[in-house]
Amino acid sequence: MAGQTPKSIRAFANLKVLCEEHLKGRYRIEVIDLMENPQLARGDQIVAVPTLIRKLPQPVRKIIGDLSDSVQVLVGLDVRKED
Amino acid sequence: MAQKKKASQPSSKTLPKAATGIQGLDEITLGGLPRGRPTLISGGAGSGKTLFGLEFLVRGATQYNEPGVFMSFEESIPDLTKNAASLGFDLARLAADKKLFLDHVLITRSEISESGEYDLDGLFIRIADAVERVGARRVVLDTIESLFSELPNPGILRAEIRRLFGWLKEKGLTTVITAERDRPDRLTRHGIEEFVSDCVIVLDHRIREEISTRRLRVVKYRGSTHGTNEYPFLIDEQGISVLPISSLGLDHAAPAERISSGIARLDGMLGGKGFYRGSSILISGTSGTGKTSVAAHFVDAACRRGERCLFFAFEESPRQIVRNMRSVGIDLQPWVRKGLLLFQAARPTYGGIEEHLLVTHKRISSFQPSVVVVDPVTNLIMVSTANEVRSMLTRLVDFLKTQGITSIFTSLTAGGGPLEASEVDVSSLMDTWLVLVSIEVGGERNRALYVLKSRGMEHSNQIREFLLTDDGLRLLDVYLGPQGVLTGSARLSQEEREKTADMSRRQELESHRRELERERRTFEARMDTLRAEHEAEEERIQQTISESESLGKELLQARGQMVRSRKADSSPYKKEGGAKTANKH
Repeated sequence: MAGQTPKSIRAFANLKVLCEEHLKGRYRIEVIDLMENPQLARGDQIVAVPTLIRKLPQPVRKIIGDLSDSVQVLVGLDVRKED
Repeated sequence: MAQKKKASQPSSKTLPKAATGIQGLDEITLGGLPRGRPTLISGGAGSGKTLFGLEFLVRGATQYNEPGVFMSFEESIPDLTKNAASLGFDLARLAADKKLFLDHVLITRSEISESGEYDLDGLFIRIADAVERVGARRVVLDTIESLFSELPNPGILRAEIRRLFGWLKEKGLTTVITAERDRPDRLTRHGIEEFVSDCVIVLDHRIREEISTRRLRVVKYRGSTHGTNEYPFLIDEQGISVLPISSLGLDHAAPAERISSGIARLDGMLGGKGFYRGSSILISGTSGTGKTSVAAHFVDAACRRGERCLFFAFEESPRQIVRNMRSVGIDLQPWVRKGLLLFQAARPTYGGIEEHLLVTHKRISSFQPSVVVVDPVTNLIMVSTANEVRSMLTRLVDFLKTQGITSIFTSLTAGGGPLEASEVDVSSLMDTWLVLVSIEVGGERNRALYVLKSRGMEHSNQIREFLLTDDGLRLLDVYLGPQGVLTGSARLSQEEREKTADMSRRQELESHRRELERERRTFEARMDTLRAEHEAEEERIQQTISESESLGKELLQARGQMVRSRKADSSPYKKEGGAKTANKH
């Protein structure tokens, strides 16, 4: 994210909900504010904001947007719905 | 009013510009790219857009103390560094010196999916951070349209790009944005030119008949006048060089100074003083007539005056030329050694016509000669059409005249054709035209030359025979026979004849003189005799005269006496008187 914007707040909220629902106990969220650490944008090749990067398991996946479309997020994260 | 005047002045004074340092470009744009605004560089693959952006930044950093940021959306930083090295730019060093910041924006489509709304603040932050790190005044985005193929939502992209340009303008950063031109009917693939409307430059790279030509055109420059033509450019180990001249400028000065051709009698044929400085001279002739020799004499004379000469050799190698000229007594090697004479040799086929023009232009700018020789110019036809060569020469001659450089062009006339025809008809560009001919008469070929035209001066129209001797080119005396100019052995025999005739004339004259002398003497002798006779006669007559005079006197006296004696009765003079008188005798 790049500072507290409506999009990034929404994204974080949406993410929290999704993780609790599908990955309870099996996730870790790290919030990086590019406004404070701009060089990380370079390192992780971030262009769009907010961007969600799934670092593990490999391969790296990126989802850009406020994560309002949860189905897309799950597909993007390659998370299977727990039934 | 003062304010009104300002508005109508050339815009370069009101619109601030950032000089690019790219040779020729700042002239065309009258100062460089618009400062603080985005410029679009559009062109096909391989047209030189990336190198343009790199040179803009590198020169900005090294020549104008304006650090820059290069955001590369396609090439990796190692690749960029390697490419820049071919232009002589050391990107790593500039980055280490904090004059340049390179960032590679790599987006892998396959690892991205989209969910909901987003913006490109990540990119903004990266650019802002880079700008801050080096204190950049210039930014290059190469090529931002890559984002369109990597990110899914063009609507968001366009909005964000517009926002980005606004942000760059706000920060006063002079930006160059490159875009690939995939079709001739549009400038960019994704239409970003609508956001970049301040200045648009198009680069073109064509291959014609296996020769590549590069051209640049300023399509748009809001708020400024600019050259609108297509300007050829080349890319070499010194970067990009644009040829800023068009064929429209005719406002060069006309110097009145005259310089020697190096051949005294030829100067005599040219109004007695030689060529005008800064004029263009054409020497045409068939193969082997001595064109290079005439040019070499001029070069030799110029170097002797301490002037620099640049010799473009398109047919023979410089060493060959030096050797050949030595055989006619012209030693050019010392001038080469002293740095007054520079040879630039190239086979015409090594590059396109514009490339030749550009290389010529560059060499002239760096060497600053007062004399330029192109030998021969007709070879250039090999790589181009006659029209193009003519167009190129027009520009070259124009350029040379504005620099006050005297130029000599040799031109090969095809054998068998009319003497004054040339494959590339450039004669109208030339101020002076010397034609070298080979006269065939009575089984021999003799060399001759004449001045076909020479603007602005009286010149001889005599066809003059010349010899290429060990001591250089020597123009011979003119001999006119009944059929016209005589050359070779015809001339020699005529010379003999005239000498003989002269001699016999002289002899006759002598004999006439002698005769006259004799005549005079004879005459004088006769005169003497006559005079003598005359004098004698004179004396005799004189004698007679005086005798008769005295006789007259006596008679007079005698009569007087007689008269007196006859009257003597009354006078004392009687017999005695008479007797006295008679005795007085």
